[in-house]
Amino acid sequence: MMRESGLFQCGLKSVSGALVFLEGARGISYGEMVEVIGGDGRVRPGRVLIASRETVALEVYQGTEGLSPAETRVRFLAHGLEVPVAEEMLGRTFDSFGHALDGGPEPLAREWRDVNGAAINPAMRAYPRDFLQTGVSAIDGMNTLVRGQKLPIFSASGLPHNRLAAQIVRQAEVPGERAGFAVIFAIVGASRDVADMFRRSVEESGALGRVAMFVNFADDPAVERLITPRTAFTLAEYLAFDRGMHVLVVVTDMTQYCEALREVASAKGEVPSRKGFPGYLYSDLASLYERAGRIRGREGSITQVPILTMPNDDITHPIPDLTGYITEGQIVLERELDRADIYPPINVLPSLSRLMSDGIGAGRTRDDHAHLSNQLYSAYAYTRRIRMLAAIIGEEELSGRDKMYLEFGRRFETEFVGQGPEENRSIAQTLDRGWEMLKLIPAADLTRVSEQELAAHLK
Amino acid sequence: MAGELSTSPGAREAQRKPVGRTVWVSGPVVKAEVEHSVFMGEQMEVGDERLIGEVIGVSGGQALLQVYEETEGLGPGRPVFSTGLPMFVTLGPGLVGSVFDGIQRPLHALEKAGPYISRGTKATPLDTEKRWHFVPRKRAGEKIGAGEVLGIVQETSVIEHRVLVPPEVSGELASVVPEGEYTVADVVATVRRHETGEEMSLTMAHRWPVKRPRPYHSHLRPEVPLITGQRIFDLFFPLAKGGTAAIPGGFGTGKTVTQHQLSKWAMADIIVFVGCGERGNEMAEVLLVFPELADPRTKRPLMEKTVLIGNTSNMPVAAREASIYTGITIAEYYRDMGYDVALMADSTSRWAEALREVSGRLEEMPAEEGFPAYLAARLAQFYERAGYVETLGGATGSVTVIGAVSPAGGDFSEPVTQHTKRFTRCFWALDKDLAAARYFPAINYLESYSGYLDEVGEWWHRKYDARWRALRDEAMRLLQEDSRLQRIVRLIGEDALPDEQRLIIEGSRLLQEACLQQNANDPVDTFCQPEKQLALLGAVLHFVKRAEEVVKKGAPIHRVREMAVREEIVRAKEKIPNDQLDRFKELTRRIDEEMDALYRDFRRVT
Repeated sequence: MMRESGLFQCGLKSVSGALVFLEGARGISYGEMVEVIGGDGRVRPGRVLIASRETVALEVYQGTEGLSPAETRVRFLAHGLEVPVAEEMLGRTFDSFGHALDGGPEPLAREWRDVNGAAINPAMRAYPRDFLQTGVSAIDGMNTLVRGQKLPIFSASGLPHNRLAAQIVRQAEVPGERAGFAVIFAIVGASRDVADMFRRSVEESGALGRVAMFVNFADDPAVERLITPRTAFTLAEYLAFDRGMHVLVVVTDMTQYCEALREVASAKGEVPSRKGFPGYLYSDLASLYERAGRIRGREGSITQVPILTMPNDDITHPIPDLTGYITEGQIVLERELDRADIYPPINVLPSLSRLMSDGIGAGRTRDDHAHLSNQLYSAYAYTRRIRMLAAIIGEEELSGRDKMYLEFGRRFETEFVGQGPEENRSIAQTLDRGWEMLKLIPAADLTRVSEQELAAHLK
Repeated sequence: MAGELSTSPGAREAQRKPVGRTVWVSGPVVKAEVEHSVFMGEQMEVGDERLIGEVIGVSGGQALLQVYEETEGLGPGRPVFSTGLPMFVTLGPGLVGSVFDGIQRPLHALEKAGPYISRGTKATPLDTEKRWHFVPRKRAGEKIGAGEVLGIVQETSVIEHRVLVPPEVSGELASVVPEGEYTVADVVATVRRHETGEEMSLTMAHRWPVKRPRPYHSHLRPEVPLITGQRIFDLFFPLAKGGTAAIPGGFGTGKTVTQHQLSKWAMADIIVFVGCGERGNEMAEVLLVFPELADPRTKRPLMEKTVLIGNTSNMPVAAREASIYTGITIAEYYRDMGYDVALMADSTSRWAEALREVSGRLEEMPAEEGFPAYLAARLAQFYERAGYVETLGGATGSVTVIGAVSPAGGDFSEPVTQHTKRFTRCFWALDKDLAAARYFPAINYLESYSGYLDEVGEWWHRKYDARWRALRDEAMRLLQEDSRLQRIVRLIGEDALPDEQRLIIEGSRLLQEACLQQNANDPVDTFCQPEKQLALLGAVLHFVKRAEEVVKKGAPIHRVREMAVREEIVRAKEKIPNDQLDRFKELTRRIDEEMDALYRDFRRVT
């Protein structure tokens, strides 16, 4: 990142947490990158938070330990935080700033771009309506992901969201377009074990060639976590809108990101709003999530699957709550299903894909998809109600019809929702399996599918 | 001030020189040392890129500015330019059919700079090249007053744009151009003003400060309902033209679908849709759907009566605050021409959060949940700009405001929902449980209310049916009775209730399925004419009344539930088109037939 020399400034006024303050700097700008050089000669990147004639506030990435006011020098770089972007970054692993973490050479960047990107002109957006296959039935069949959509996974501590994330990274594809498809995996605040697990799982599957990983470890400074997803999206935007690729970005764990944001905000002395998070949490999350989409007249697309763990399993916590207001639906993992040893433990009832109805059907997935998923949803919703009743009055007391639903529910959870972590189902396999499930409930109840569909699929 | 505002766009640009320099920058907030002439609320331009900003505080030689574009790259020591005007919008032909950002930059014109919105990009709000066919309505020498129609321009195939004498201008018309093609920058008339005697040039466009409500002659009683074609609103919680409504709801409850339905079907002449801090893909959907969808009255594309303002969640936060004011000022402008305008704001919570964010940067003392103490005052100022009025020119027009609220965690006790409730007269509460049960529109009929029932009731009675209020109240009673019984049912089960009470539950269920639920995706049911709404409600209540008689004679409840005609009533909303209402007579006859048959059966048995 030492691409140009800048203005030097010696001496700091004070150091506080991840922030340093200095006086009397001239010709600087808000958001400008700096290099903070301690007495030990170590160079730490940082950024101008308050640009003022009197006191300038900087946030310093990689920690402020070892900085003494007298011995520290600051170099102003006259540009925002920029990271390298290149197609050759696929297949590699980087840190939050785009430096190689895999022992390989630094990327030969064609271009450096500002990590913050810029807002897509809403009038230039193309409405997303093309299918993206994850090979996971509960997603593809019931909450279909569409290219250009942002669909988060709401998980909780102890649930297998990491395994699901790795599975989606390995399996995701645009049917029939494997060549122009890339996956960018941003790992925010993960332990080294988990990060290693992700890397191995991608390597072993042979999908590594189309995956770029950006890793921020749990013990890296919090302020760096704010950069990791932005670096990932900057590469995604280059690949999608300059190189015409379909890009899937998976970010885990957004909760770590938000907590870092809170930590930095509190260090800056900002007024907190809900649960101590800053008042701009919504705008900040939107600046990430809204980097998904398609642009009129351009080939590629950016699809996002952010993963977050709901603190205390609470879906009304500010992190899942504000996320849900920005994203186009959510996939909800449920502890009860996990306890019953069902993987992936996706509860399809609170899950939702807002863009699904326009992204499925003949020519996209299959003509029977909408009716089939509707029927499965209503049958499963009924099953859950019957289960509550059975818990009160006992299963024996149920009518024969209701007992059929209980059986449907069991098989739906184990055979349709449930699948192996290595099992990759095509959309046709998913839908056919859905029809198998419908054989378990009374034919008279199949009112949401048409007679032609019944004749074609339930012979 | 009016003189300044009335000059044509672009006239003053060249004269500007810096009035100060920046000294402090953090996010959207900038401090500058300025000359004393700078006033509160003045529109400023900041830095060499001339970013648009507004003065939000002045003290001594310092001004506090909020900047409506990204401030990255801005530092101390940069020039600050004055405009001499408060934050304004430009009003004139060409607004309808346009898509603007929060500070009225046309998004289609910004496309030339690429797919992203870059800083400092300038574009005039109205196309200054386009020629409009202007037909004068006044002759030279005539006395003219503010708000009178100077001439007309056909803006779209459905909107006749009435070029008005700007507010605060009156006098004698010194000259007016003949009928012909003119741009918004061309002078079309000159006025010799009464007060000063000076001559003033008028174009088809003028500027107006966004935070100042446009004047009108008098406030009228809001007694005409804004028909939306949505039964839950028109029948149960009606909104009046010139009224205010809030739609609160957590995510996934159908807030946006409801706002879209209202924009598509509300019987307003002009729709102003403000996408304030919402999803980019939703804006893309609106831009895809509105040009293709036909307005039910004119059969012309919906876009020909729509003004869109899109400041999505990732666009600068201060401009999100401005987008609401930009929208309401445009709405008032068309009201002044004598139109009924409906403004949808989705979502006012994001606007409130923008206030909170800027307030936080100013280190103001926060009130509830970090929101500034003036949140309530700002909400009140916004909703008070709605109204049914006699305009300065003597016409009647209205601005109806429908604001979506996105309460944190879906909890209505949070400050934005609570304050909004104080300033709006309709409250349409979206319910998470109803949405989860795929019950749409997911309006909770027990929590919602309308303050316009008495006012609009007279209109319904005069125009359609004197039974409107009676039918509505009877239906509400049924729903309330049902909700009371449901509490018992949860404890002991439905089967344990006596038959009269089970019939109430059965009747309420039919009412909900056949009437309250409405399918936005069904080509017939998406819009329901007032006559059909009454016919449908009438059929349901007729069924319930007849069933009561039959059950009293001892017919078991399941025989009522299994009647073939019940299914027909449920399907009527989708099966009977708006123009075949005679079929409801047939439906009523079938209800009577089946009920009579059942009645006879039980007379025989007993």
